[in-house]
Amino acid sequence: MGKAAGIAEAFRHRRVAAIVRFGGLFGLALVMFALVLLVFGQNPLRAYVDIFRATLGSAYGFSEVLVKMIPLVLTALAVAIPSRIWLINVGGEGQLFIGALFATWGAVTFNGQSAWLLLPLIAVLGFTGGGLWALISGFMRARGWASETISTLLMNYVAILLVSFFVFGPWKDPESANYPQSAPFPDAAILPFFPGSRVHLGALLAIAGLLIFHFVMSRTRWGLEMRAIGVNAEAARRNGISTHRYMLLVMFIGGGMAGLAGMGEVSAIHGQLRPSLSPGLGYAGFLISWITMGNPLGIVAAAFLISIITAGGDILQMTHRIPAAAIHILMALVLFVVLARRSGRKGGK
Amino acid sequence: MNPTPFLSFRGITKSFPAVLANDHIDLDLYGGEIHALLGENGAGKSTLMKILYGFYQADAGEIRVNGQPADIRSPRDARSHRIGMVFQDFVLIPALTVAENIALFLNDLPFVLDRASICKRIEGISERYSLPVDPGAPVWQLSVGERQKVELLKLLLADTRILILDEPTRSLAPHEAAGLFRILGNLRQDGFAITIITHKIREVLECADRITVMRRGRIAGTLPRADATEGDLVALMFGKAVAESPRRQSASPARDSAPLFELRGVSTEPEGTGLGLKAINLTIGSGQIVGVAGVSGNGQRELGDVVLGMERCSQGTKYLDGVDATRWSVARMRGSGTAFIPEDPLGMAAFPWLSVQENMAMADTARYARQGGLSMDWTRVRSDLQASLQRLGFSIPPVYVPLGTLSGGNIQRMILAREMAHDPRLIIAFYPTRGLDVQSAVAAREVLLASRDAGAGILLISEDLDELFALSDRLVVMRRGEIAAEGTPQNLTVRQVGYLMTGSTGEEAKRG
Amino acid sequence: MNELLVVSLLSGAILSGTPLLYATLSEVIGERAGIINLGLEGVMLVGAVVGFAVTVKTGNHALGIMGAALAGALFNMIFAFMVLTRRANQLASGLALMFCGVGLSALIGAPFIGSRIEGLAAIRIPLLSDLPFFGRAFFQHDILVYLAIPAAVALWWFLFRTRWGLGLRAVGENPTAAYAAGRQPLLLQYQVLFIAGLLGGIAGAHLSLALAHTWAEWMTAGRGFFAVALVIFSKWHPLRAIAGALLFGGAISLQLQMQALGVPVSSFILDMLPYVLSLAVLALWGGARRSAVPGSLGRVFQGTE
Repeated sequence: MGKAAGIAEAFRHRRVAAIVRFGGLFGLALVMFALVLLVFGQNPLRAYVDIFRATLGSAYGFSEVLVKMIPLVLTALAVAIPSRIWLINVGGEGQLFIGALFATWGAVTFNGQSAWLLLPLIAVLGFTGGGLWALISGFMRARGWASETISTLLMNYVAILLVSFFVFGPWKDPESANYPQSAPFPDAAILPFFPGSRVHLGALLAIAGLLIFHFVMSRTRWGLEMRAIGVNAEAARRNGISTHRYMLLVMFIGGGMAGLAGMGEVSAIHGQLRPSLSPGLGYAGFLISWITMGNPLGIVAAAFLISIITAGGDILQMTHRIPAAAIHILMALVLFVVLARRSGRKGGK
Repeated sequence: MNPTPFLSFRGITKSFPAVLANDHIDLDLYGGEIHALLGENGAGKSTLMKILYGFYQADAGEIRVNGQPADIRSPRDARSHRIGMVFQDFVLIPALTVAENIALFLNDLPFVLDRASICKRIEGISERYSLPVDPGAPVWQLSVGERQKVELLKLLLADTRILILDEPTRSLAPHEAAGLFRILGNLRQDGFAITIITHKIREVLECADRITVMRRGRIAGTLPRADATEGDLVALMFGKAVAESPRRQSASPARDSAPLFELRGVSTEPEGTGLGLKAINLTIGSGQIVGVAGVSGNGQRELGDVVLGMERCSQGTKYLDGVDATRWSVARMRGSGTAFIPEDPLGMAAFPWLSVQENMAMADTARYARQGGLSMDWTRVRSDLQASLQRLGFSIPPVYVPLGTLSGGNIQRMILAREMAHDPRLIIAFYPTRGLDVQSAVAAREVLLASRDAGAGILLISEDLDELFALSDRLVVMRRGEIAAEGTPQNLTVRQVGYLMTGSTGEEAKRG
Repeated sequence: MNELLVVSLLSGAILSGTPLLYATLSEVIGERAGIINLGLEGVMLVGAVVGFAVTVKTGNHALGIMGAALAGALFNMIFAFMVLTRRANQLASGLALMFCGVGLSALIGAPFIGSRIEGLAAIRIPLLSDLPFFGRAFFQHDILVYLAIPAAVALWWFLFRTRWGLGLRAVGENPTAAYAAGRQPLLLQYQVLFIAGLLGGIAGAHLSLALAHTWAEWMTAGRGFFAVALVIFSKWHPLRAIAGALLFGGAISLQLQMQALGVPVSSFILDMLPYVLSLAVLALWGGARRSAVPGSLGRVFQGTE
């Protein structure tokens, strides 16, 4: 028992150290981004204060941060799950769009059904859509045809074009003048909200996803086998573990997570399918997963920070006339400092 | 002999985490001399030479070249002192041609490369020292012996005076090794200082002028060839108490047993730069050790992978207990009692970031799964691991630490214990004793023999002909993906097998 | 009418293929030295916006191109520092570089949105440009088009005929062996990534100066990733890259022509063509690539101790 307590103690220390280190790195990235803003003639301090006030300065702002965290946690899981066996899924963005596409099809086609039927249905459809989209890349990888990194990237563009095709064409809502968007979701297909906010039922899905992910990885036979593949794929295959089967499985489940994120966004936030569904949520999820190395608690913390940063992008655009895309620099800087810090460990191949 | 040494080591000390690899080494190398550095694996020979070549920096001590202190921080510095090294794993680049590999090494070439003049220079030296190679051939097409010649040519063309060869005969057949020693003899005549690093006593006695023995990071002694006997060297290498491996003869040679495993006409597609198997017929009976001899890279690895089910047969069939197992997965082969001891345990069998007990559980995750996989039965994993380690006579490491924190020898023992834990019926063993200390090697051999006596069939793949002859009931020789010959330790000699391995057509090579 | 169509298709293929060729060469030289750079997209964006901004400010296209090349090279040095000095994962660092390029180019380009410039002038090759059919298709292009194929040939010559190129290929195959031969892998790889950045910057400049004549956020639209696929298609060979770039340029050109002709297929479906083509190229050539792929691609020399 004494031993177990000792291990727990060491673990706590390690966790504290990790949080301190992470905070330091994040601070470094903030300083570097401040320098970039200075170079472009902006007052970084004012910008940071504005961002802070708009996000954490009010209950509404804070709840909006939580709203943005929902898809971020899910798309981070979409990257974290395949990353356990060193698959690099950069396709969260596309999988999110296809998830939304499937969910929209369900919501519009089964218009009139009750929420009890419709909500689980669009969730399953969203999961399946994202999963199948990712499965294409997983299949290409398992057959040795193409690296999943590059194929998932390319599939993002295809997915967004596919959604555009539907909302500009066959699914275009005849009642919306000229806007490219689908018919609005029936009320029964809109995820319920927590009172007084836009935080929706997707939050529960995200939390459940995190818990299941943690449980599977640490306790079960499948988690053990996946960790084994992650450490030494060749040894795993020689021990009779089918790495190909796991490649397909983790890509499907990972893509499904991003698909759920898409379902949540289209149902609860937009209420109809639009090409402007996601401002790079999939890419942000990639960032979150990488800087936390897929640690579930880390994902929550990093999603919180990134959620503030993305909200910051809109604020910068409104109050400082800086293009919202400029916030990508801050995200890249965070990733850079974390990657530069974690040197020397084995690479992804 | 020159009065001043070409090269001297003075007080060289180098430690790695938990190992003192070199402890105040003093050593002199002279021109016109072949110096052998003899010692067991891990005695510190290679570390010393890597310090000399600038791969490692010594913690303390000094290297002098021609009496002058030399500061060697990179291979570049070493080369400027005319020091050259032939590594154990050659550092040639397979995708490039011989000429390109050599050109890469030469510093005095102009910016724009002139192939014709490079080839001419290569041919000049290769004739002088009878090292024939084709400069235009890509290196991946060359045999191990030819690659070694390219390495030597490279150093000679770069005007090296001090040549260091790390385990030069490791993958050579006996007559190829004799050829190498002839070449080294010629180089000695021309005044080169030559050092060979090896653990083979017989070779040292065959070719060296002076012999330095290293043990546990120190110099145990230096002897001129004339004064050295095999007994002296063994005593210096291992200390007083040598546990001589028991040379147990096969319990009942070539007994007639029921076939356990069979390959009939099996071929595979060559993958990458490797080669495919061609129409292999092989039978392993229960209670039988089938030894596979061959120069590495002649299809042994592919053979093991086909048996395990890692590689698909493009032709032919595979039987386990008379049942067609051609398309069985690795999982199914393992589930039917197959164990696999790979050539490189750390790379091919171990999970360094997982704990020792998690590594153990990987032997058969289905066996240890509870509630259909929702949790694992760690108590059973630990007790199985302990039982297996005890049976092998190995000590029990802490089970919660990552496997990677154990020493290399302990990792290998762990893998051996894992693979032998569930009384396998078919064992594929690659170099099962390579890298183990003497005691553990003895234990590993005992276990293989015990399993054999208990009815297991064993495919033993090794380059160590002595080990193969000592353990095998039947022997096959592999060359270029084919079985070149079959026999028993009784009707083949080591020399014959050596010739068969390299495909020489001597009178002796006729099957006995 | 029909002939006109073929001429504009061919001429369009060459024009659209040119930035792809520069980008592919950038990726080829990097991957030959063992470094896979997914940040090429970002490098191209930075090149595109800097080239455009300099041209707007100075009115001089040559300065714009030089500025773009230099900006691309310097920007790529961030990546070089990450993967070479800090030994960070190449794929993740490349993606970070891409994000950084997206953001930085948006920031630099914000004041220039809506500006238009005179496109890079077409140079009519005397006599040849007056040929009835080939003249318009091949000999009425801008300077970067004419320089693209010589650049590929020059890269081939440097890779396969010089000491420097030999060292570079050796580093890509096995950095330890190159180090043992007395080369300095990291120094070589820094040089290579600088040159790759120059080429990536030029690729971006051609997009903004010769094709679009304007600046728009994320105007590369994945061309940096096409280049990664094209490298596999060209088996890491600069001369085969010419064919690959033309094929892709043709796909883009075809899609534009079909839209111009009002072919009754949704433009969104047509837009997918180059992406799907990239995926197809990966799938078809991916299996056979084992023989040509540089041995140490994606790994970084870790030193010897």
